[in-house]
Amino acid sequence: MLNVGQIEEGFVLDHIKAGKSMEIYHYLGLGDLDCTVAIIKNARSNKMGRKDILKVECDIDTLNLDVLGFVDHNITVNVIKNATIVEKRILKLPRELRNILKCHNPRCITSIEQGLPHIFVLADEEKEVYRCKYCEEKYAPSSNLDMR
Amino acid sequence: MRHLMNPLDFSVEELDRLFDLANDIEKHPENYAHKCDGRKLATLFYEPSTRTRLSFETAMLNLGGNVIGFADATSSSAAKGESVADTIRVISCFADIAAMRHPKEGAAMVASQFSSIPVINAGDGGHQHPTQTLTDLLTIRSLKGRLDHFTIGLCGDLKFGRTVHSLINALSRYPEVHFIFISPEELRVPDYIIDMLKEKQISYEEVIKLEDRIADLDLLYMTRVQRERFFNEEDYVRLKDFYILDAAKMGMAKPDMLVLHPLPRVNEISVDVDADPRAVYFKQVQYGVYVRMALILTLLGLEE
Repeated sequence: MLNVGQIEEGFVLDHIKAGKSMEIYHYLGLGDLDCTVAIIKNARSNKMGRKDILKVECDIDTLNLDVLGFVDHNITVNVIKNATIVEKRILKLPRELRNILKCHNPRCITSIEQGLPHIFVLADEEKEVYRCKYCEEKYAPSSNLDMR
Repeated sequence: MRHLMNPLDFSVEELDRLFDLANDIEKHPENYAHKCDGRKLATLFYEPSTRTRLSFETAMLNLGGNVIGFADATSSSAAKGESVADTIRVISCFADIAAMRHPKEGAAMVASQFSSIPVINAGDGGHQHPTQTLTDLLTIRSLKGRLDHFTIGLCGDLKFGRTVHSLINALSRYPEVHFIFISPEELRVPDYIIDMLKEKQISYEEVIKLEDRIADLDLLYMTRVQRERFFNEEDYVRLKDFYILDAAKMGMAKPDMLVLHPLPRVNEISVDVDADPRAVYFKQVQYGVYVRMALILTLLGLEE
């Protein structure tokens, strides 16, 4: 069994679907941050068989985890302070996704306007529908999540 | 600062105030002839739309203001590659209010985010055309005296027609409006509109033949089948004359049914209907000027 040391302050993202940890790494922009990150792939799990885990040592205010609710709301987010779990955060669908989804509507202003962020707004929480803030194009599951 | 991007940006109460103002302008135009003295409207039309642009410009001139702008993208800095954001920042230094027509959806919203003057969406691709919807609502309210408790038939291209979608959304906020959608199978109203009506428990029917239901209508909103929406000429030719409203069909309608059309019309309303007092599509154009005058005053904070 692989052992990764405790973290003093930061997050442990547990129950990530096996093989998806690098995707989460990119969504959270961890590559741009100067913090310690442990990526554990294919760990044994009673609940899931196999799972990924991400441990991020950072100030807990530096990371915006909203996007996780969109990517996979089954991820368990443990908030760590002084090496103990102080909060288990419940993930919700974020109200807005900024530069996570790309609008593929060729008639949308985002297709020509330089430097404009791609913003999708939660239009229907129950059906998990997002719409482009500008043209109201619906996010379809087949769209590419290709912003990062 | 207030902008207008979508007809639903204004609450029902705010629309009532806007329409009251438009009706007062209609009755007493002289009281408003100098309300915008010294002010400028910029009409930023990245694609040609003579009717809408002239309506905006007439509205501002009627209020005593002036107009600057361009009528197509080739005569603007857009041809040199300038962004919408930069254009509106520059125009904000010249004018007090702007009306923007752009082929890309959401362009006016981008402009509003970078603007220091109110921006009116004068049409953004196939997305929204809020001042057409305000025109339609003012016409109905002025000539029917209400925006509730009626049966409205929407006829023609209900699939691609953005004016129809906006009007359905706007009328869905008023009680006891019954919709009858009259279209060929290929041009039926989109599912998301039907879902919205079901969710709000608003009654509607879908029929193919105009003659079957024209006698039940209080309002008939005719639309043009637009050639540019079709990928194949054959489909367009087959559907373009699917509905033709003529004097014979008008004979089956109620004596007080009103016929509206966002114009331009092609063949869908026969010219022999024009003299019928129930045909109000040219009055609708006049109401378009009043509602744009009221909108300019409201967004400039000059409505009092």
